[in-house]
This record gives sequence, C-alpha cells and structure tokens, in this order.
Amino acid sequence: MKVEVRVFATLRRYLPELGISEPKLLEVPEGTTLDEIREIVGLPAKEVKVIMVNHLQADPENPAHDGDRITYIPAVAGG
Amino acid sequence: MAKQILRINMTDLSYKYEKVPSRWAKWAGRGLTSAIVAEEVEPTCHPLGPSNKLVIAPGWVSGTPAAPSSGRTSFGGKSPLTGGIKESNAGGLSSQKIAKLGLAAVIIEGAPKDGKWYTLVLTKDGVKFESADNILGKGMYDVDKILWAKYPNEPAIIGIGPVGEKKLSNAGISVNDPENKPGRYAGRGGLGAVMGARGIKALVVDDTGGPGVDIADMDLFKTGRKKLTDAITAHDLTKPGGALNSYGTNVLMNILNEAGGLPTRNFSAGYFEGASKISGEMVAEMVEKRAGGMTGHGCHPGCVIKCSNIYPDQEGNDFVSCVEYETAWALGTNCGIDDLDYVAKMTYQCNDLGLDTIEAGNTIAVYMDGGALEFGDKQGALGLFDEIRKMSPLGRILGQGVEATAKAFGVHRVPTVKGQSMPAYEPRAVKGIGVTYATSPMGADHTAGYTIAPEIVSVGGKVDPLSDEGKSELSLTFQAATAFIDSTGYCLFIAFPILDIPEGWAGMAESVAGVTGLDLSGDDVVPIGKEILKIERDFNTRAGFTAEDDRPPEFMRYEQLPPHNEVWTITDQALDEVFSWVNGK
Repeated sequence: MKVEVRVFATLRRYLPELGISEPKLLEVPEGTTLDEIREIVGLPAKEVKVIMVNHLQADPENPAHDGDRITYIPAVAGG
Repeated sequence: MAKQILRINMTDLSYKYEKVPSRWAKWAGRGLTSAIVAEEVEPTCHPLGPSNKLVIAPGWVSGTPAAPSSGRTSFGGKSPLTGGIKESNAGGLSSQKIAKLGLAAVIIEGAPKDGKWYTLVLTKDGVKFESADNILGKGMYDVDKILWAKYPNEPAIIGIGPVGEKKLSNAGISVNDPENKPGRYAGRGGLGAVMGARGIKALVVDDTGGPGVDIADMDLFKTGRKKLTDAITAHDLTKPGGALNSYGTNVLMNILNEAGGLPTRNFSAGYFEGASKISGEMVAEMVEKRAGGMTGHGCHPGCVIKCSNIYPDQEGNDFVSCVEYETAWALGTNCGIDDLDYVAKMTYQCNDLGLDTIEAGNTIAVYMDGGALEFGDKQGALGLFDEIRKMSPLGRILGQGVEATAKAFGVHRVPTVKGQSMPAYEPRAVKGIGVTYATSPMGADHTAGYTIAPEIVSVGGKVDPLSDEGKSELSLTFQAATAFIDSTGYCLFIAFPILDIPEGWAGMAESVAGVTGLDLSGDDVVPIGKEILKIERDFNTRAGFTAEDDRPPEFMRYEQLPPHNEVWTITDQALDEVFSWVNGK
C-alpha cells in the first residue's frame, strides 16, 4: 500500500530532501504500523511527540491504511 | 524599599506616589491591573470617556536578577472593543524598567483640558509632562527612533500609533524591543485608544538610579529560579535549538493545518493549501537564504526561550519583527494570502500604525467575505492600510475592527466573542479553545486558556480536540493558571515546559514566593488564578454582561467546517458551568 509521510519543524533535519510540507511517498506492506513507518523514514522515537493521520491524532501502534496522510510532529507549541 | 503606586492625573498634569493598599499587596501584573480597574473604574462608563483609566503593572518577578523570560508588562482598563475588563500584556523593555523604578503599578487617569498631547517621562526623580508635538501623527517606528535620540539610557518607550490617537477600537499599545523597534504589542482590546483618550502619545521609562526590586527571601528565589530555568532549557520545545527557538510560534502554522484546525478565509475552512509558504519553517528559510534578519530573537532582556524573529526584506536587510504565528495566520491564512513578504509588509504596517495584528487580519478577512475584495488579493489587502493611515471613512471603519466592519459590509460570518475576534485556532475543530474563547472575561483570546497544549500538541496531557468531553473543566484550569502566570511577569510560554516538568512548576511558584514573601507553592497557582478571574468576571457582570455573552458566534453552530465537517456542539449549559462557581449558580 502507498502512504504519504510529512515531517515538520525540528524533525525536518532527518528528511532534508523534502520541501516544507512536501510528502515522502512510501510503499509499505499492509498492516505496517505508524511506529514502523517512523522507523523506516529514520525518525528517532524520542523526538516524535504527536502523530496525525488524515488530520486526526493517532497512536504509534495503529496500522496505516492505503492512501493515508501521515504526519510526525516534534514538541511544538506557540500562541 | 516597598513598591509604590504612581498615580498620574492628566487633567491637572500632576502625579503622586502612594503606598500600595494592603488589599492589593498580594497582586502584581494582571492580578493588580484587574484589581485596580475593578475597584476604580465604573464598569458602565464609556471606555473613551473621563471615567476610564489606564493601569500599567510589571509582574511579581520583573526586574529581579536573572529571572528567566520575565519581561511582561500588563496593561489594564475597560476595553473599547469588548466593553468589558481588559488585560493585555506585552514583552519589550518596559516591565523590568518600571519594576526597577520601585513601582507596583502606574495608574493614569483624567485627560488634558486643553486637548494637547503629551509625552510622559518617568525617572527616579518623578514624572515630566512634555509636549508630544514632535511625535504627534507619526508611526511607531519614527516615535521610537525620535525618543531614543532625545532621551538618554536607552529607555523603554510605551506608545501609540495614529490609530490610537484617533481612539479607534483596534488600537494597541506598543513597547519597544531591545533594538528599539515597535512590535511588542499589548495589542488586544483597544487599550491604545484608552491611552489616546488620556492625551498620551508616549511614555518614556528610564530606570537609571532607581531603587530596584526588593527580594524577601533570596535563597528561596534562587532555588525557584534555578528549577524554572532548568525546566525551560531542558524541554524539547523551549530549549536552545528547540522548536520555539528555531522557528518561533509560527511553527504551529503547518501543525494546525494538519489538525484541520487552521481557520482559513474568514473561518470558512480548517485547512489552507498555502500554509507552508507562510509557516515558521519558511521564515527560517528566508532568514538563511537572504542572509539577513534572524530567528531566535529575544523580545526582552533575559529571555532564555527567544521565540521572536526579525524578518528580512528581499535585499537581506532587517525589515520587521515579528512574523509570529497569530500574525502570519491573521494577515495570511485567514485572508487567503500565502506570500510571506506581503504578510511581513502588513505586519510592518500594523506595528507602525498601532494595530493589533489579530484583529487587523480578521477585519480584512471579514471585508473580503463581504465581497469588497477577493480572498488572496495581497495588493488590495496591503492597500487597506493606506486607507487607515489616511483615516478615510473606510480606514476608520477598518480601524474599529471586525464587528464594525462586518456591519458596514453586511457579513454574517463574524468570528467574535464579546466583540473581540478569534485567534488562529478553530473552535469547531478544537473544542476546548472554543470554550476559552466563549467564556474568558477578555473576549475571544487564545492566551486566556491555552487548551491547545493538551488538545493538539500533547503538552500537559493529551486530549481529543474534537470531543466535547471535559472541556469546561479543562478550559477553567488553563484560564486560572494563565491568570496567575500573567501576574508573575514571566512569559506565558514558560507554561509549556512546566506543565510537563513538575519541578519547574514548583520553581515558578517558589521564585514568586521568594521575591514577594507570600506564602505560596505550586498548589496555590490555580486557586490564586481563580481569584483574579472572579475579579474580572464580577467587573463584566457589573458592566452588564450575561450568560448570553459567553457564546460562540451563531454561524459556527450550523456551518460545517472542512476537513472534519464539524459544527460547534458544546452546550450552553456546559459553557455556563465554567464560571458557575463565580455566580453561585
């Protein structure tokens, strides 16, 4: 199945080839979890604070689905 | 020496120092401005009339040695925008200097009988009332420059732009930053108009030779300060090289977009296709590419977070500070504009004219929604600031903010509560922040109770943003903690690390206890914050506010917001529960 992966802020240094908000397109086996996809794209677990899938918060152990828009987010806030 | 209150009477151009009455002795910052306004300002008065006052107060720890990120100044009065009590606070140079002059607060009342404008110069020797003829009509960039050239010791400049002079409801109060540029604004609620109504164009604050701030228990202060500093510099968000330091608050642009909670084109969608082009990451890229400006800029001396930036122009010259999240969202996303240079140009105009960027961006968005301008028309949007500068009839309408503009242009989608427009988080996609917008005594204000922390970014817990469950209690807790932090002089952003690191939370309270001698610990933060909220809610009740004023705008109940296609679902009863303990219901 195919998924889109986006990273923001300080996590962008692990995928420096991507423009801002540009997705990395991945083909992974059915049932691959969000945590496994994080590992595949090379993001350290301790730097990922939030995961979103299709604009909704998700847990690392959740399996991804075909066409998912997956976003890994570090510690961020503002105001 | 014990702190004093400086009372300035603009009617007869006199001043006096007063002892801090015992009933106000425990307060500083927001707690003090709100206590004074609640007691001394008639709640039903006209905000621009002679009965209103402008109250200025540094926080508990402002002006103490090396308290981290402690440069916030609170400004209070009755708001021309909301008709209720207002506290708006800003960074910049003023807080530490006012505190070091030995002042708990400055109360400004009355108005010159001759209609003249004044620059007030505050030093250890008292107050001088000088003519403001040399700066009248000028924008804040010129005002700051002229006053630094005229007065020694690089003083704090608290000033209003042309919009404040005309007493329009979206006038903010500017404080100069360490580079003597405007941009640190007590922006919300129109307090610039309240300052203008006092006949004051600028206050110059020079603390040279001042008595400084007494510290009751230096050991306790140092212990608390260290715990707090350690928490700030350890947390991934606030540490050097962390997200706030590297990208500023505008790091949130892409994140809220991913969450589907980024208000777009006057709150008609929660996702903006151009968000990445005006995000914090893009600001950082521009700084690098143009070899000018900077990220990691501190808005006041002693900040250890440094979330501000200086945006460079196309030639790499320093242009404007600061393109922060709310500003880039309001003038960009919410107007359908995805050009960062135009966002920066409009930010400059706001800083110079003396406008709150949130209200200004929302006003343009409402104007666009009324069909007067296409969403995304960046040239047209920038041109509107010329109308405001000229004070044309259109400019005067726009300078009054969202509700006046919506009425003038027949718009029903009016994203306000209590007359003040909403910031950069969509209530239909992030329900807790909607509760804060609806119930805060300040009107729609994200900083009043930032439930975004647990709802979106998993700081201080993790809560589903789309759920209605428990949001009244969540909002109240955040509103109370915020009221306390707004009284400390610390920047509200210390909340992020200390929500996750308990020693930091305790350290904040200990540093306050150390300075003041008050007997308080981390457990007292929320109860003390609730006392402040009660003072503010009582004022609003006496001003005529009812439960009906604690409601989000009607359109959010029936217009579905993509991409989640949610409407506002939290009940009125749940909203009324937030402050039921104040009203005794």
